[in-house]
Amino acid sequence: MLEVLIQLLPSVLLEGLILGFVYAMIALGYTMVYGVLELINFAHSEIFMSGAVAGAETFILLKAAVPNPFILLALAILIGGAVAAIVAILVERLAYRPLRRRGTTNRLVPLITAIGASFFLQDLVRLIEGLWHNAFYRRYPSFEVFEATYTLPNLLGSVIILLTLWIVFWVLAYFAYWIYRAATGTKGVSRRASRGLWIASLVLTLLVAVIDRGTVFGDLGLTIQMKSILVVVISFAMLYGLNWLVHKTKLGIAIRAVAQDAQTASLMGIDPDVIITYTFLIGGFLGGVAGVLFGLLYTLVHPYVGFIPGIKAFTAAVLGGIGNITGAALGGLVLGMLEMLGGTYLTFLTNGAMGTEYKDILAFAILIFILLFRPQGIMGEQVGEKV
Amino acid sequence: MKKVLELKNVHTYYGHIHALKGIDLEVGEGEIVTLIGANGAGKTTTLRTISGMIHPREGEVLFEGVAVHHLPAHQIVKRGVGHVPEGRRIFPRLTVEENLEIGAYLQNDRQEIERRKAEVFELFPRLAERRRQLGGTLSGGEQQMLAIGRALMQDPRILLLDEPSMGLAPVLVDVIFETVAELNKRGKTILLVEQNALKALEVAHRGYVLQTGEITLAGPAKELAQNEEVKKAYLGG
Ligand SMILES: Nc1ncnc2c1ncn2[C@@H]1O[C@H](COP(=O)(O)OP(=O)(O)OP(=O)(O)O)[C@@H](O)[C@H]1O
Ligand SMILES: [Mg+2]
Repeated sequence: MLEVLIQLLPSVLLEGLILGFVYAMIALGYTMVYGVLELINFAHSEIFMSGAVAGAETFILLKAAVPNPFILLALAILIGGAVAAIVAILVERLAYRPLRRRGTTNRLVPLITAIGASFFLQDLVRLIEGLWHNAFYRRYPSFEVFEATYTLPNLLGSVIILLTLWIVFWVLAYFAYWIYRAATGTKGVSRRASRGLWIASLVLTLLVAVIDRGTVFGDLGLTIQMKSILVVVISFAMLYGLNWLVHKTKLGIAIRAVAQDAQTASLMGIDPDVIITYTFLIGGFLGGVAGVLFGLLYTLVHPYVGFIPGIKAFTAAVLGGIGNITGAALGGLVLGMLEMLGGTYLTFLTNGAMGTEYKDILAFAILIFILLFRPQGIMGEQVGEKV
Repeated sequence: MKKVLELKNVHTYYGHIHALKGIDLEVGEGEIVTLIGANGAGKTTTLRTISGMIHPREGEVLFEGVAVHHLPAHQIVKRGVGHVPEGRRIFPRLTVEENLEIGAYLQNDRQEIERRKAEVFELFPRLAERRRQLGGTLSGGEQQMLAIGRALMQDPRILLLDEPSMGLAPVLVDVIFETVAELNKRGKTILLVEQNALKALEVAHRGYVLQTGEITLAGPAKELAQNEEVKKAYLGG
């Protein structure tokens, strides 16, 4: 049984990583808005949805006119991203800004507004789609090139297995040691002990590799579809671009300045409202592109498609440390992988008694566990500091 | 002398608290003017009213002859008001260099930005050594230098300084006051708010004494320093 578990690992993690990239892009929208406004933009899941739906319409409308699927995808990404960005900016202008102008200090008021905006957008898209097509479910067309499957080298699978085993062993060892320390009345783990645990778990990993070399270095049959490759490449490029924008451009520095201290930023000649608009634009664009990629992976989109990925991505943002951009990206990847692990292994371990529909239980249990140890999130600062 | 800044009968409130009760004040081109007063007198409020962080309920703030008191802060800054706020307010998670860059937010000419940065580094060599360090990890004195440097990156027509010597060791206090004098020598117009009245009156041309929201005394700095009341209240006898 252990062998099957190990064999499954690379493909499960790869699937998780692909999904994780989508979560990461959505999570960035939550975290950036939180960074500048300290507001959870619950309408972000619907911003993602509008991108997904706009992408589907682009695909369907232009399918005949643009025969090349790659160009078609590029157009869908641009249009999906742009529509989502516009929706995000409108939500900010029409829902959040008026509240800021009135100097509302109650944190619950914007939250309720966000939920209201969410419902409004769902029904608005439903209305538009309903009037237009007499149905509000849309399908991404499938293309042979996108469905094509490629086999990945076994070595990659072996590396993934070894890395995962190492991390899992380390986590278990660390946790055991931590409990031992707590039981004997001391707190925390010293730097030296931590290094020792890393080495010990590496040794254990290599031991498993040697004993079970047949499985670890055997034929793992790791495959990937073209559309998954596209999702990873596009997400990675966008995350990289965002990182560059936030750290290397004037706009990026201004966004971080406003996030840290909006009042002082205005003394630098920065109009905080302009920066807030840009933040919604960037977050919205990323969310919209995530919507198109989601549609590419899962085909079916509709006005309510944003809810689940939205909640997951929000969780990812909290997991990474809300307000922290790198954290949101990492949180998304971690959550995607946990979810896939949960889905596969829970079914497997319970002999099918708990199917994939329970996949989130394991994922969220692990999340709660992580947050118990690091309430501020993986990359989050101690309370009181942000972006 | 050309007036850079003029306050006419300015009244500012925080809710029901009447913090400024009819302030009249002016700063001429090339002057150092100091505003001294006890804790809670309204010094910070005066500067905040000038830079648009809070708006007066009555009266006028004229910058180079134009009323600006209805404008938001970022637009007043654009006209040439540089405000070094109380408590420095460095962006803690931006590097020293990024703090300076953001000071020059309104400037698009890269060469000009580099020129100003070089000037700030020449004025405060300590900052040049620490350009990659996060603002929040600087010492109090370095943060003050950075706050002043950041405002200088705007190349403002007038520099508002809110207690730049607060919480600094005596040596650093001297450095800061020397810098203020040096900047003025290079042509900067400065409005200096200080608790350290003795030093402030030494470096300034003129001064105002603020008491619970009202100007009670005004005049050349040398005369104020000799004034019995001022001596008793602010100069320790
Ligand atoms: N945000 C605020 N809300 C309410 N009252 C305020 C606020 N800021 C200042 N005040 C009040 O306004 C008055 C003037 O305050 P201000 O900060 O201008 O004084 P200050 O002269 O700068 O004092 P210090 O030397 O301590 O910095 C004080 O009575 C203060 O309590
Ligand atoms: Mg003050």
